Amino acid sequence: MSNLRILVACKRVVDYAVKIRVNAAGTAVETANVKHSMNPFDEIGTEQAILIKEALAKSKGTAEIIAVSCGPNKSQETLRTALAMGADRAIHVETDEELQPLAVAKLLRAVVDKEKPDMVILGKQAIDDDSNQTGQMLAGLLNWPQATFASKVELAEKAMTVTREVDGGVETVKTALPAILTTDLRLNVPRYASLPNIMKAKKKPLAKLTVAELGVDIKPRIETLKVAEPPKRQGGKIVESVDDLVDKLKNEAKVL
Amino acid sequence: MLSTAVAARHLRLAGARAASKLQPRAPLLSHTAVAFATPTVRNAFRSLPRATFASVASADKKAFTADQYPYLKRDQSFKKLTDGDLDYFKSVVGLSGVSQDEEDLEVFNIDWMQKYRGQSKLVLKPSTTEQVSKILKYCNDNKLAVVPQGGNTGLVGGGVPVFDEIIISTANMSSVRSFDPVSGALVCDAGCILEVLDNYLAEQGYIMPLDLGAKGSCHIGGNVATNAGGLRLLRYGSLHGTVLGLEVVMPDGTILDNLSTLRKDNTGYDLKQLFIGSEGTLGIITGVSILAPKRSKAVNVALLGVSSFDQVQAAFKRSKDELSEILSAFEFFDRASIDLVKQHLVAGKNDPLESPHPFYVLIETSGSNKDHDDEKLNSYLEGLLTDDIVQDGVVAQDTTQFKNLWAIREGIPEACSKTGSVYKYDLSIPVPVFYQMVEDMRARLEKEGVLGEDKNVRSVVGFGHIGDGNLHLNIAAKSYSDEVANIIEPYVFEWTAKHAGSISSEHGLGLFKAPHVHYSKSPSMLALMRRIKDMLDPNGIMNPYKYLPTE
Repeated sequence: MSNLRILVACKRVVDYAVKIRVNAAGTAVETANVKHSMNPFDEIGTEQAILIKEALAKSKGTAEIIAVSCGPNKSQETLRTALAMGADRAIHVETDEELQPLAVAKLLRAVVDKEKPDMVILGKQAIDDDSNQTGQMLAGLLNWPQATFASKVELAEKAMTVTREVDGGVETVKTALPAILTTDLRLNVPRYASLPNIMKAKKKPLAKLTVAELGVDIKPRIETLKVAEPPKRQGGKIVESVDDLVDKLKNEAKVL
Repeated sequence: MLSTAVAARHLRLAGARAASKLQPRAPLLSHTAVAFATPTVRNAFRSLPRATFASVASADKKAFTADQYPYLKRDQSFKKLTDGDLDYFKSVVGLSGVSQDEEDLEVFNIDWMQKYRGQSKLVLKPSTTEQVSKILKYCNDNKLAVVPQGGNTGLVGGGVPVFDEIIISTANMSSVRSFDPVSGALVCDAGCILEVLDNYLAEQGYIMPLDLGAKGSCHIGGNVATNAGGLRLLRYGSLHGTVLGLEVVMPDGTILDNLSTLRKDNTGYDLKQLFIGSEGTLGIITGVSILAPKRSKAVNVALLGVSSFDQVQAAFKRSKDELSEILSAFEFFDRASIDLVKQHLVAGKNDPLESPHPFYVLIETSGSNKDHDDEKLNSYLEGLLTDDIVQDGVVAQDTTQFKNLWAIREGIPEACSKTGSVYKYDLSIPVPVFYQMVEDMRARLEKEGVLGEDKNVRSVVGFGHIGDGNLHLNIAAKSYSDEVANIIEPYVFEWTAKHAGSISSEHGLGLFKAPHVHYSKSPSMLALMRRIKDMLDPNGIMNPYKYLPTE
């Protein structure tokens, strides 16, 4: 495989370290004035694409990495991060509408139809909705093989061998390309965006597409009824005696 | 901090978003032997006999400070603890506020660097200012020496007893008394843990004006008593500016209530200033009023690789021009620092930059508008790169990277201690000659034949807060030796004095630097300090043997 085209999906999510809050209406997580970053699993996906490109370069092969993000205008920040890490160009599918996994999978399929990549890399899930569906749905829509939860990837001529993290161990699968790859945590440690690359990233092409141009129906299929925070943890109590403890276990905690 | 970064990644495995509670960044206790000060003969001050180290190396039980430093003699005018005294203390603080258990006492007797070990037989944990007042009055009347202690994270042996001083811990005084969400004035007990306060303020959109590595353990009262500096000083200034008022119990039991929340108050001598940095030698701080700034909504971190110290200075100068009000940290470390971190800690596993550089700069910006900050930072960084002031750099793209970059800088002290022993110096030095100190020390140790991979001294590293002119010079050695100590001291102090620096920027004097304070303060200033001490604490019961040189 001397020439590859890799599509990497990058979702803009509330930063991993932010303590999230439910909005006043109880309908969603508060996203206004909250720090956003690239979904960490997508960051791992971007890194993997770059690692593949670097490995290919050693054997005189080439790879083109296209970062894709679907969402509001601000998603371009996430794409710039991917470009600064090392992606070659970016595609932004702009919409302010709510996007559910099926809608994203359909949009990505439309992009795949246009770009004809050999591989699509996605995070195994996004840390905001924890759906873990987009990669699998995209594989279904495209009728491509999928290797999910990858912790190791080895590329061969028109095929890849993927080690997957499964319950109780690891499973190694081999698939022909084109294929879908979703990343797990241990696949790699994403690099920092270097200063020279951040500057270069500003000049890399970022194409904008609309949902209408791609002709995709993104209407939500799932209705969110309610979003609530978990109950607050109660503070501990110091009991005076064993009797006191037994009494509290019986009458307050009602576990005896 | 390390474990935080690692844990952070593992939490992601589950796909669950963890509550972003930081692990307390308490310095880890380790069985590390640490540098021992070698007091030296100095003109104005009497000769101080050298410490004997023979007993130090033996076994697990750390030698008593009094045995390590035979020049220290117990002041026999202090009374020894009796059962009658204990009965009184129990009547004041109750049974739960008194600890005499030998194992419990070890924690209070030994400092976290495990450099000093006192012999106190009693810890008192008052829970109110009135209790502190009663305790001190009794101790003063009966000439019982005391040592106030906060989180016991000091680096100069100021918070642990030398002989049998009674330890008065602020651990049970840990309530927030009030917070004004308009002015940002926070009033709290002295025993509040810095990180707890910071988390409390975060809920309200505010931030503590100081931050340091020990934030998970240190008490705000101790921070004020040592005038702790730390990572946010560049932005928010020293505690002399941010502390609005203090509540202090004087040795005679008088409660000095100066818990003002006013920013401006020109009525008489500003007495609180006397207690900021007094290290428990004048009274016990029981309450603190401090001005908290608004927490910045947008924070960025960049790590830069620089080829010379001149260029580090150029980058610093330009940051003041171009980042100005959003600049919140300008930290610096050398390649030797990062090598140690790489060798010993998870934080340094991956070099953040592609190739090694002689110097590194960590820049943090904090502001209210991300787009504005990003634009400023980007144009500043681009300018540095275009003008070849920096050769490479990375910018954190998310909070995880942000924390990992900070972890490298904050991991340096811990990495140094992993070598075995570390001689730690905390110096204020004019920025132009800042790094020359490190180079001169390296050359000196090399010339004497003690520096090298197979030698006792493994590494001489320089890092610190360039924005504050504060250099941390750490000399990492395999084990302590008299020979090495004599090469370093008094040279390091003389060098600092020659360049009009200070031998203690932020760690304080404690027991370690009391004999050396004359390098930074004139005899007339020391004499006035002594007069103040004698006036406020006539019996000398407050944290004796420390802070001022023995007469």
